Amino acid sequence: MNEFFAMGGYAFYVWSAYGIATVVIAGEILAVRARRKAAVRLARIVASEPARPAASTGSVR
Amino acid sequence: MTLNWFRLASPATFYPVAGRLIPWFAWPAALCACVGVALGLGAAPTDFQQGDAYRIIFIHVPAAWMSMFLYLVMAFWGAMSLGFNTRLSAMLAQAIAPTGALMTFLALVTGSFWGRPTWGTYWAWDARMTSELILLFLYLGVIALRSAIDDPRRADRACAVLALTGAVNVPIIYYSVKWWNTLHQGMSVRPGESKMATIMLLGMLIMSFAAWFYAIAVVLHRARSIMLERESGAAWVGALAETRS
Repeated sequence: MNEFFAMGGYAFYVWSAYGIATVVIAGEILAVRARRKAAVRLARIVASEPARPAASTGSVR
Repeated sequence: MTLNWFRLASPATFYPVAGRLIPWFAWPAALCACVGVALGLGAAPTDFQQGDAYRIIFIHVPAAWMSMFLYLVMAFWGAMSLGFNTRLSAMLAQAIAPTGALMTFLALVTGSFWGRPTWGTYWAWDARMTSELILLFLYLGVIALRSAIDDPRRADRACAVLALTGAVNVPIIYYSVKWWNTLHQGMSVRPGESKMATIMLLGMLIMSFAAWFYAIAVVLHRARSIMLERESGAAWVGALAETRS
């Protein structure tokens, strides 16, 4: 088991690469979920507002 | 079977389709990543030249492939949005940019962790690495350009033009190891031939599938948020189950 984690002396490089990849991908998944939550909340607020003239439905971002 | 692609090109029809597609890519991505990491870190033998440091390529190569491929897909949807003036194409291009930037970042960082033990340096200004760094700047440029322009439709056009112009960089990255004498090694895998042991190649292919599925799932997910952000106030958004209160 220790031999596995030692990676033939390259532990720092191998685990850094895998670790950074894991963190970055987990971060993107969290970011994408947070954006979805915010987008749904925004859409819900806009949808619950009384009907507006068509011209005002435009750029949100 | 006839399929009307322009019907799918409307956010109102694509939004639910994308939602149903996401799990079909997310779960295979997770599965492929588990199998690929098990093969890459466990089953694949130690390389006789590079020792265990080579195991970084199971992330590095798929990330580098995806970084180039996603750029071309982004440029393609940009071109479609310029040509047909379709909103959805531009939204897809917009959804791809962050994931492309992330893949490029991963390719660069994992590459430098591989380069240090293998070549003795984290970074060199050789053609492959420099052109990949330019790719990262192109992605960041597209993202920054969009956030600098308030009108989304104008931002779409500006980003599409920048993405298309930058596409010339992709073949430069791909062929850089052939055209110039680079510190970066040449191609190990080419269509039709490979210089790697079968199990190493298998691990890398499975990791590539993981990267593919992951990128598709996360881009569709982000595209759905973008559709809600940009079309909030439209009747179809108000009619969705998740926006009715």
